[in-house]
Amino acid sequence: MSAAFAHDSNTHDPRKRVIDLLARCSRDELEAAMVTLEQIPSYLRLRGPETGLVIVKGRIGGGGSPFNLGETTVSRAAIHLEDGRVGHGFRLGTDRRAAELSAVFDALWQAETERSFVEQTLLLPAERKQALETDALARETAATKVDFFTMVRGED
Amino acid sequence: MYVAVKGGETAIANAHRLLADRRRGDRTLPGLAIEQIIAQLGLAVDRVMAEASLYDRSLAALAVKQSRGDMIEAIFLLRAYRTTLPRFGSSVPIETGAMRVERRVSATYKDLPGGQLLGPTFDYTHRLLDPSLLDDGAIDAPATRDDAGEAVMRVSDILDGEGLIEPDGQMPQDHVPGDITREPMEFPMPRDLRLQALARGDEGFLLALGYSTQRGYGRTHPFVGEIRMGLVSVEFDVAELGFSVSLGEIRVTECQMVNQFKGSAKAPPQFTRGYGLVFGQSERKAMAMSLVDRALRTEEFGEDVVAPAQDEEFVISHCDNVQATGFVEHLKLPHYVDFQAELDLVRRMRAKHAEGRTAESDHQEAAE
Repeated sequence: MSAAFAHDSNTHDPRKRVIDLLARCSRDELEAAMVTLEQIPSYLRLRGPETGLVIVKGRIGGGGSPFNLGETTVSRAAIHLEDGRVGHGFRLGTDRRAAELSAVFDALWQAETERSFVEQTLLLPAERKQALETDALARETAATKVDFFTMVRGED
Repeated sequence: MYVAVKGGETAIANAHRLLADRRRGDRTLPGLAIEQIIAQLGLAVDRVMAEASLYDRSLAALAVKQSRGDMIEAIFLLRAYRTTLPRFGSSVPIETGAMRVERRVSATYKDLPGGQLLGPTFDYTHRLLDPSLLDDGAIDAPATRDDAGEAVMRVSDILDGEGLIEPDGQMPQDHVPGDITREPMEFPMPRDLRLQALARGDEGFLLALGYSTQRGYGRTHPFVGEIRMGLVSVEFDVAELGFSVSLGEIRVTECQMVNQFKGSAKAPPQFTRGYGLVFGQSERKAMAMSLVDRALRTEEFGEDVVAPAQDEEFVISHCDNVQATGFVEHLKLPHYVDFQAELDLVRRMRAKHAEGRTAESDHQEAAE
């Protein structure tokens, strides 16, 4: 468990929220946001975009020692804008273009001038969508919850 | 003598062209879209991902389409694809306790925190073919109910509070998780490696082995402590950033099998456990895996290995269906020279046999 806690204490950086949410934006949403930018930013590629594998670990018994469960495809990209801001993009799957667009928006978010655009166009809608999906799943699952009742039988 | 035989290029090319035709079938029917396979044959996609040991719904669906629904062929295709990609690293262990639960049932506790959540299950269906599916009729939207927001606590944690059950499995302090895709198999194999092998093992093989333990070939007295299925985040450490990022969510199925007691002079009796964790929605596989995991711990509990499911070398060496199909199916490839040698051998043996009989009868005649 200690390893998991070490990570939890690691997550105060606000950029974690940004990168996590951008990974949940669809490529169409990212492309559409890019088009609405006043000026398409020019950037240089630092790494990728590239697709590779991350091995997913589980824990024995659910909370014990780690073991390798299997791999997943991951696409990632790192870019830097002309002013030196570096952006990272990651996501499950093989969509390298989406990973690169995520990296661009991560870089844009880091300056006050563009932060609100990224928030309004991508991050807040993604957060709302995620909340709605989570709620819908929970409500659909809750409808399948068994309500036990006891039938009294035999002598009164 | 080795004689290389060449030929058959045209036959092979035409066979593959014929395969492509047969795969597509009747051209007046619309072709299957990958999205349709993902959406409507989701459990086939899940099985391919689990046994290929590669989580990617789109690629698994493509493999199902390309293999004409032959699951092991699809698994083979996806396994082959993964060898073309570099490995970026490994994830932070997934937290199944923090799962967005889509299904959760326990056979050991009726009223447990979070409740019994049936989710999208085949259980309690009547297994009658549904003729309404012959047409593409409208399907009701799911029922909904306000979620009480109660934490769906792991059953093993409930029992653990009383010390009635062994805790989650721990490897020795400095143990680095092994990886069967990187290191040759060696026996005895530590439990973490066995779990990796079982997680990608053939569902049918593990199901049969799990069943064999229930029928008495290495009995373990199992109860389903809990099965849960749902979505977990995959967190990946990024050195440049100094924190982990969530790459997205994957669906997994987990089974906690609770088995009969083990105690020692030092420790009082407690329930033992088997663990199953599988990519996608695959309850049968997760259950079978947990039964086999427990059976493979036989020696750890000081019991005798008497049944196939308890023999780790037998189980682990034969659970991979890509390896198994490769070795079985290679038999149909040309063995002309091998067979020629065998023919020659059997002819010589028969000649010797005939000689022997003649000599014997001569000998008998002489004796008479």
